[in-house]
Amino acid sequence: MSKPVVATASLAGCFGCHMSLLDIDDRILKLIELVEFNKSPIDDIKTFTKQCDIGLIEGGCCNSENVENLRDFRKNCKILISVGECAIMGGLPAMRNGISVKECLEEAYLNCPTVDDNIIPCDDELPMILDRVYPCHEIVKIDYYLPGCPPRADLIWEALVALLEGRELDLPYEVVKFD
Amino acid sequence: MGNLGTVVSQVVEKYNKDKTRLMDIVTDVQSELGYVSDEAVVQLAKALGVSKVDIDGVVTFYHFFSKTPVGKYSVYLNNSAVANIKGRSAVAKAFEEAAGCSFGRTTEDGVMGLFDTSCIGMNDQEPAAIINGVIFTDLTPEKAKELVADMKAGKEVSELVKNFGDGNNQSELIKSMVNNNIQKKGPVLFAPFETGSALKAAVAKTPDDVIEEVKLSNLRGRGGAGFPTGMKWDFCRQAEGAKHYVVCNADEGEPGTFKDRVVLTEIPEMLFEGMAVAGYAVGAEEGILYLRAEYLYLRKFLEKVLEDLRSKNVLGKNAGGKDGFNFDIRIQMGAGAYICGEESALIESAEGKRGEPRNRPPFPVQNGYLGYPTTVNNVETFCCVSRIMLEGGEWFKKMGTAQSSGTKLLSVSGDCKKPGIYEVEFGTTIQTLLEMVEGRTAKAVQVGGPSGTCVGKKDYGKRICYDDLGTGGSMIIVGPDRDLLEVVHNFMEFFVEESCGWCVPCRAGNQLLLDKLEKVMAGKATKQDLKELEEWSNIIKATSRCGLGQTSPNPIVTTLKNFPEMYQAKIQKDVDYVSEFDLKAAVQESCKAAGRIPNIKEH
Repeated sequence: MSKPVVATASLAGCFGCHMSLLDIDDRILKLIELVEFNKSPIDDIKTFTKQCDIGLIEGGCCNSENVENLRDFRKNCKILISVGECAIMGGLPAMRNGISVKECLEEAYLNCPTVDDNIIPCDDELPMILDRVYPCHEIVKIDYYLPGCPPRADLIWEALVALLEGRELDLPYEVVKFD
Repeated sequence: MGNLGTVVSQVVEKYNKDKTRLMDIVTDVQSELGYVSDEAVVQLAKALGVSKVDIDGVVTFYHFFSKTPVGKYSVYLNNSAVANIKGRSAVAKAFEEAAGCSFGRTTEDGVMGLFDTSCIGMNDQEPAAIINGVIFTDLTPEKAKELVADMKAGKEVSELVKNFGDGNNQSELIKSMVNNNIQKKGPVLFAPFETGSALKAAVAKTPDDVIEEVKLSNLRGRGGAGFPTGMKWDFCRQAEGAKHYVVCNADEGEPGTFKDRVVLTEIPEMLFEGMAVAGYAVGAEEGILYLRAEYLYLRKFLEKVLEDLRSKNVLGKNAGGKDGFNFDIRIQMGAGAYICGEESALIESAEGKRGEPRNRPPFPVQNGYLGYPTTVNNVETFCCVSRIMLEGGEWFKKMGTAQSSGTKLLSVSGDCKKPGIYEVEFGTTIQTLLEMVEGRTAKAVQVGGPSGTCVGKKDYGKRICYDDLGTGGSMIIVGPDRDLLEVVHNFMEFFVEESCGWCVPCRAGNQLLLDKLEKVMAGKATKQDLKELEEWSNIIKATSRCGLGQTSPNPIVTTLKNFPEMYQAKIQKDVDYVSEFDLKAAVQESCKAAGRIPNIKEH
């Protein structure tokens, strides 16, 4: 039987959730025995080469590229999981949601004391900034949510293994308690 | 309008630089200057020796304080569900057209400001508005236009009131067009009452015996929560403190309730005397009536009643003729905040702070106003106490049900022929009430206001009492032709507006519920959304810090339960997910700011 295929992406996140995934330490060796990675920063595969079983999404959507990427994941993954605060709620990037995007751009590119070229970047190659940062489930259907900032390595590991083994998650309180 | 510096120093002096009187100080500054500017905030902070943030926090917390000019005439038009039922939108439109500005703004010449406001306690005579503290009821588009014309002509607001309401509303000190609409008088509240008699009966007993009598009556708090009054007083009396306080909660903010308005207008003596009885029982010398800002029009009248009670020795030194029992009452005005109906938030507000609920324990009976043991009771509760002193606990207990003794004032509004105040025995069924108020065709009754329960026909046999359908008295009747979802939506908007913002489940959760409800109403929801509405409601109820968040999902929870077909009819059946996200719309603003044309690649 072929191994389940996993894809991962970091959208408007800080890669902290991916770091946390790597924090499973030597269990990563077991993980690659259990699954095969497809599109992911972990193996640097840039585009989907086959249908995947599980997609792990870090980060919410702050620009058009995030949206395209997320929709692409939804299309190519049977199960899509929001991993971490940003994917689930928008997280830190969503702190801009109370401020208009125009004001944000002006502050960053025109009024900030350290800028000197005074233009708001305008190039067709650049992703377009969204009016606010969206949690993933507002763009596509999300099947599961793994909370945390980042979710602990043990949480990610347990969730993945449970999913692969088709059993219920066993999450002790310490693993989902954050303060 | 005076010079800012002079006004601030005069007002601060008037209150002896007492920062716990900040509510009054800001109220006075606002009424002198029209608004509380940044500069006024800085000067107030300096004069009171507190931080600028302390002042700013208070000014921005309450609806009726403003940091920007609100106009020479500020029109606050009620936006409760019943106001909408009674034609508010046409009235609002007439105001906007005649004034030439939209709601939430002030006209360019600074003459008029138009603002929305939560229920102002006039649900039986909607649409209603408050203009510079004066109440205008039963508004129509024509009346709105007339009002605007008169304001443009510079008339005094009090001159715009042409006819006065019934009872004391006609008195020289009120002169209001508000009507009492007392439809049914009962034996507790509206039977004849002789001023001074209740306190005399009380002081003939020991304070402990007074508390025993109240316990015997099984009287429970009339604000809605139903805590046993005798027990509360006992806790307060036993709590150690250099002094004790009695606070009357006259901040009835639950949309649809207006019973306290009528009590304060018609039988304030009975209320104040009940407070004096409480003072005697718990060992307090000072009482505070926390009066919601919406009822400012009753203040002068109430001050006069207090004056009369002092001259009759019901208040003051050796009150009720009891040597050594001194008790007096002052009125503390609120400034527009639903949350201040919660007793610990009310105390915070009375202490001159933002009306944010406290952590409990300690409870107010242990650690209340200024840290002293304090009993906070509802307006109606104090009146019941006065009657119990005269008739006895046994007499009182004979009325009502086992768990809910006595009578209850109901504020009935909405789709019925006879809205108004009804004093009924606890245990009355919804069906009986509907017949009484002539609203038999109702498709739903909102019992206890938005934070209560929405019941449909199958439950009209249920009884109004704490053991069945508990209520603070608000009864909103929804007629057969109304869109109940619109009513639920109005209630959720209300909670979003009124959440104090302290805890996340309430601050963010209610907004999420509102968004989700709008998704349902727009026909974009799925079965999953309904499931989430229910799940999220439970989370908000379980994890919020005070009664507001613990009950705010109720409009959704109770209609999901009692009117499931209403939701089922709105959802998309064979779809498991619908996204409302629109990429084209979402990138518009940033592309405009950067001066680029959106290049969206559709999949």
